[in-house]
Formats: sequence, structure tokens, C-alpha cells
Amino acid sequence: MNALMLLVFDGLLLLGIVSLAWASLASSDDRNSVILFMAFGLVLAVAWGRLMAADVALAEAAIGAGLSGALLLAAVRKRPAQMAAGRANNSHNPDRTGVNMLLQWSVTLLCAALAGTLAWALLDAFSSTPHETLPQAISANLEASGVSNPVTAVLLNFRAYDTLLELAVLLTAVLGILAMGRATAVYQPAGPIFDGLVRWLVPVLILTAGYLLWVGAHAPGGAFQAGATLAAAGVVLHLAGHPRIGLPAGFALRILMAAGVAVFLAVGLSLLVMGRPFLGYPPAWAGALILIIESAAMLAIAATLVLAFVGAFPRSTATRAASRQVREEEAR
Amino acid sequence: MIDVLSSLLILAGLFFYLAGSIGLLRLPDLYSRLHALTKADNLGLGLLIAGLALQAQDLLIAFKLLLIWLAILAASATNAHLIARQARRLESGS
Amino acid sequence: MLTAHVMYGLSGCLLVALGLRTTLLHASLLRRVLAINVMGAGVFMMLIAVAYRGLGVPPDPVPHALVLTGIVVAVSATALALALARRLHAEHDNG
Repeated sequence: MNALMLLVFDGLLLLGIVSLAWASLASSDDRNSVILFMAFGLVLAVAWGRLMAADVALAEAAIGAGLSGALLLAAVRKRPAQMAAGRANNSHNPDRTGVNMLLQWSVTLLCAALAGTLAWALLDAFSSTPHETLPQAISANLEASGVSNPVTAVLLNFRAYDTLLELAVLLTAVLGILAMGRATAVYQPAGPIFDGLVRWLVPVLILTAGYLLWVGAHAPGGAFQAGATLAAAGVVLHLAGHPRIGLPAGFALRILMAAGVAVFLAVGLSLLVMGRPFLGYPPAWAGALILIIESAAMLAIAATLVLAFVGAFPRSTATRAASRQVREEEAR
Repeated sequence: MIDVLSSLLILAGLFFYLAGSIGLLRLPDLYSRLHALTKADNLGLGLLIAGLALQAQDLLIAFKLLLIWLAILAASATNAHLIARQARRLESGS
Repeated sequence: MLTAHVMYGLSGCLLVALGLRTTLLHASLLRRVLAINVMGAGVFMMLIAVAYRGLGVPPDPVPHALVLTGIVVAVSATALALALARRLHAEHDNG
């Protein structure tokens, strides 16, 4: 592929990305913004693929465009109070309430100055030869890391502490969401066509998630992409009106949510007890330990992301009365 | 030779995507827009995947591409049904 | 310095500026959440541009790991922000 075609491709792709972002943020309607943002996320995934970042492209498509999109779409549903009061569509928000032209222009200039500073710093960094010390250290130690995908090695071995804290951040966010105490919506049971789709889609998603988890050791993939695929299966089940969403009940669900951080900590601390540094895997065991941690992380990520979408713990079938109560409450 | 055929298939697929997008912008009614978009996009995707499958290194990758097309076909058809049903419900309900 | 570096790096800076401007000026909560996400996407684009070494050349994996972490944290923060906004609207509607 010659350089000119690549240049044209890059130019068109970046033009599309920036236009979608601008159109999404400048739109007058909230629902419009969300849909354009989802398109932005998907085209961004193409850009990551173009820049040889396949793991990031998978994660962006699954999490950034897919799950974020579902969360945002659920957020722009007409609120029940609005429908009851028969108010006009509140998503047509006034654009700049009470902000005068001078303030607008100075903020725009400041943001342009920020962009200029960042661009100057970036170009300065690009003009010098890249420091290859880290990538060289990674390829030198890749054999001993237990996996052959460098990104997975960095995430789960060389910088495992960051990933542990990231799982903790995800858990904390979901705890915050559950503390709000209000489910997003109760969906009615799906009709025959949607139900037919769910019947084969959910098993395929589960299979794909397992594959992504396994292949992450030697090709683009890994626990996050697999967890997001499982979460997508959970979201589809929730939209089809299944009350349990495939999650276990009560205490088992809480254990599942905490499993990612817990297993990670357990492995790290037991290594500490055995005299090795925290999360310093012995090379012979590294592959197996990484797989164990990734499996627990995948299940935990899936459970927490589904709960983040649903907004509350799933109601068991025994509490049919409670869901009727919520529906009456929303109608009031 | 295979490259030429591949490019032709991909261009044909892009033409159908363009047709679907024009339909989305120009047709008057939700149902006609949904109809045009779903049919044109699915066919466009099929042609695109046929073009890509010709470029695939081995048969397994071509088979995976075919499975992707079938999955998207089913999912987008179900989506169109759900959107149309909800629109019908909103029309007749309120 | 490859052309791709310059193009993607500068687009990243542009996205950050765009997102920041809308975060500061727009009134709607949802729009601000979207704008912060766009800023995040700009930062990710800058990181991945820095990691890029050429088509077919293995890239630097450390920024990729950082961006992966960033995507997951961004979606958790977005989910929490949307839940807070929903609760705020509910309190407002109930008077």
C-alpha cells in the first residue's frame, strides 16, 4: 500500500473522527448527541486498529462504544416524571444558558492555547528519537512473563499493580451506582422475535468471551475485552426482560463482584508470604497465575458492568410484587 | 486478479451503504427509512465481507467473516423489528 | 517522525480542546459527560500515536496498556456520573 493512499485514508478517518466529535458536542438535542457519540466511538476503534493497537481497538469497540453507548442511551430515555407531566421534550436544552459572548470567546481561546501547547510538546517529543528502553526491557523479559502478548504481559505482570487498582476503581464506581438505589428501568418480557435472538446470541457471546480470555495470552484479547463481551450478554438479557440477568443470587453475587480484586490480592499477598515481592510471579508459575487472575477479573468485570447498567441488584422472581411496585412508583 | 474482484465487491458494498444512507436522509417516514437502511446495509455488508473473504489468508478466516455477516444479519433484522414495533405502539397508544 | 504521528497526535490535541470547551460552556449534564469522554478519547489518541512505530512494526506496548486501563476507568466514571445525574433529576422532579 503506497504512502499516498495511506495518507488519504488517515486524513479521511481523522476528518470523520473530529467531525463526529464536534457534531456530537454541538448538537442541540441530547439524544442526537448520544447517537453521534456512539458512532464516534466505533470510528475511533477503526483508528486504533490502523495504529497497530489491536487490543485497544477490541476494548474500545466492546467497552467504549458498546457498553458506554448502552449506558448513555439508557440515560436519555424520557424520565417517567416527564411523561406523566406531559412536559415538552426536555432534551432540547438551551445551549449556553446565561454565558455571555466574552466568556465564551475567552474559554475558546484558552482551549485553543491548551491545544497549541499540547501540540508543541508532542511535536517536540516526536522530533527526537523514541526512547526504546522500556520496549526493549519488555521484549527481553517476555519469555519469563508467562504470556507472549506484550500488552497482556504489561497489564497482568509488569504493571499488575495498576490493573489491580483499576479493578478496584471499577468496583468502587459500581458500589456508588448501587448506593443510588434506583434501577434504570424494568423491561417487559421479550416477544418471540427478540427472544429468539437472545436464545442463540447469549451462548455465542459467552463462547466468544471465553475465547477472548484464552487467546489474550498470545494474540490481541484478554480479560477486559472478554469481561465486556460477557457484560454485553448480560445487558441483552436485561433488555429482554429476564429478571435474574444470568447473575447468581444474593451473597454469591457480591462474592462475584469482589472476585476480581480479591483473587488479585490473594495471589499478590500469598506471593509476599512466600518471600517474593508483591505480585512478583515466579516464571514457572506466571502463565497459570495470570490465567487464574484473568478468569476472576473477567467474571468480576462482567458482573460489575451489568450491575452498572441495570443500576440496582436484580430482583429475584420471588419479588414480582416489588417490580410491580416500582412500575407503579414510576407511573406516579 | 483476486485483488480486482475484491475491490469490485467492496466498491459495490460501499454503493449499497451510500444508498442506505441517502434513504435514511431523504425518505419521509420512519418505517420506510428503517426498511431502506436495514436492507441496504445488510446487503452492503455481505458484499464487503465477500470482498474481504477473498483476501483472507486461509479458509478459517473466511468462514469467521461469514459467521460475522450472519450474526449481524439476524441482529439488525431483530433491531429493525423492535424499533418498528415500538414506533407502532407509540403511534397507536398516545 | 512519521506522518501518522503528526496527524494523529494533533487530532488528539484538537479533541482535548474541543471536549474541554464543551465541558466548561455547556449547560446539560449529559453533554458535559460526553465532552469529558471526548477529552479522554483525545488523550488516548495522543498516547497511541506516541506508541506507534510504523505499519507492520511492533508498537510500544506500555501506552497501549495505559489506554486500556483508561478506557475501563472512563466507562466506570461515566456510569457513576450518569447514575448521579439520574438521581439529581429524580430529586428535582419530586420537588
